Amino acid sequence: MAIYEEISSNIRKSYLLLFFFFVIIVLLGYALGTLYGNPSFGLTLAFIISFFYTLFSYFAGDSVILRMNGAQEASKQHFPHLVNTVEGLAIAGGLPTPKIYVIDDTAINAFATGRDPKHASITVTTGCLQRLKRDELEGVLGHEMSHIKNYDVRYMMLVVMLVGITLLLSDIFLRSMWYGAGRRDSRGNAGALFIVIGLVLAILSPIVVRLVQLAISRRREFLADASGALLTRYPSGLANALKKIRDDKEPLVEAADRSSAHLYIENPLAKVRERRVNLWSTHPDINERINRLEKM
Amino acid sequence: MAWLWLIIIVAVLVLYIVLKFNQLVSYKHRINNAWSQIDVQLKRRYDLIPNLINTVKGYVKHEKTTLKELTDARTKIMGGSSMAEKAKASNQISAALKTIFAVAENYPNLKANENFKMLQEELAGTESKIAYARQFYNDNVLSLNQALESFPTNMIGSVFSFKPREYFKASGEESKPVKVEF
Repeated sequence: MAIYEEISSNIRKSYLLLFFFFVIIVLLGYALGTLYGNPSFGLTLAFIISFFYTLFSYFAGDSVILRMNGAQEASKQHFPHLVNTVEGLAIAGGLPTPKIYVIDDTAINAFATGRDPKHASITVTTGCLQRLKRDELEGVLGHEMSHIKNYDVRYMMLVVMLVGITLLLSDIFLRSMWYGAGRRDSRGNAGALFIVIGLVLAILSPIVVRLVQLAISRRREFLADASGALLTRYPSGLANALKKIRDDKEPLVEAADRSSAHLYIENPLAKVRERRVNLWSTHPDINERINRLEKM
Repeated sequence: MAWLWLIIIVAVLVLYIVLKFNQLVSYKHRINNAWSQIDVQLKRRYDLIPNLINTVKGYVKHEKTTLKELTDARTKIMGGSSMAEKAKASNQISAALKTIFAVAENYPNLKANENFKMLQEELAGTESKIAYARQFYNDNVLSLNQALESFPTNMIGSVFSFKPREYFKASGEESKPVKVEF
């Protein structure tokens, strides 16, 4: 029954995330509006923006993430083995077949995204296809399929989209504070600005940290490992794949680095985004996972 | 006051029966759905086999019996009507395919044949899809049969004439998807 609990917990957390996001943006709008002497305008604008961005994140978040990571749709003609395996696992889980994408990268990595099992996709690197054996690839895909089945994908997608933009916004505020401090001083607004920014950051940072903590759930990964093994009925497959990743001499240069490098260099969002999108970097200790799989 | 309690008890009872009944119905639908998945994959394999035989024939002159076993098993699966017969024939096909792919290792020319490679991938994929579909089917049969045997669902089951379903059995070691390494 753990899976049903996980599903409802993920759905609940997703709504909570949407709610927090809404509140934060509206607060920001109000603060800015007050600063420029028109709180109701700021409030209205924030309402509109957060409403549309929330909708956008929910319905198009997966396409944004896929594009950000340079994922290409995999055709059956070019990747028959990958497509067959995913189709098989979808049958095993009683789920619709997700869309399948490939990232051209030698690192072994994979992720799943989407808002529910009907609108989901699995992405693997070409490194996965070249360096994993059939049963190992099956193990990795089973793990991703479980993320879809458990609705982990929805929450993780929203974290990338909402926490990402929130951090980006707070970054912009910080920067405008540095730039604007001198100019505003002459207008006598600096004090108010600093107070607002201080407030915003004070509200924002603990929430953001908490959300990221929620996202990095050891339980979530162990559960995906376990239910993935239940799908393939072959825990050693994933265990061996994890071993290959652990022993990989090539550093885990995440595919995301290349496609969204311009984002990474200068803002704090890069780290979060990188961590959220990529399967392996945020996960519980890899040896612990291998141990558990081998004991199944 | 008593009649109020009576109404509450009856209402709860009816609600319970409705819920359990719906659960049984959803098991039944899932099983039928899973069975059609198996059927689709069996059919797909059935259609692929003649292509395989045609491709292999030219290369492996000395393996007539292996090919014949495959053809026979293929014919049998269409004749089989019961679940057990189908499962048995399906397992025979899986075994025969395994043998052919093992034999093919000795024929470098065959192994290099593009058509053969494509068929091998397709058949391996279909094999594992059959295994997965069977797994999903059996899981659901297990749920239904368990519900039909436990109290009090068994009473609801018998009133609405739900029947326990037959497992799609795999023979011994083939309970795992066949792994074709290449």
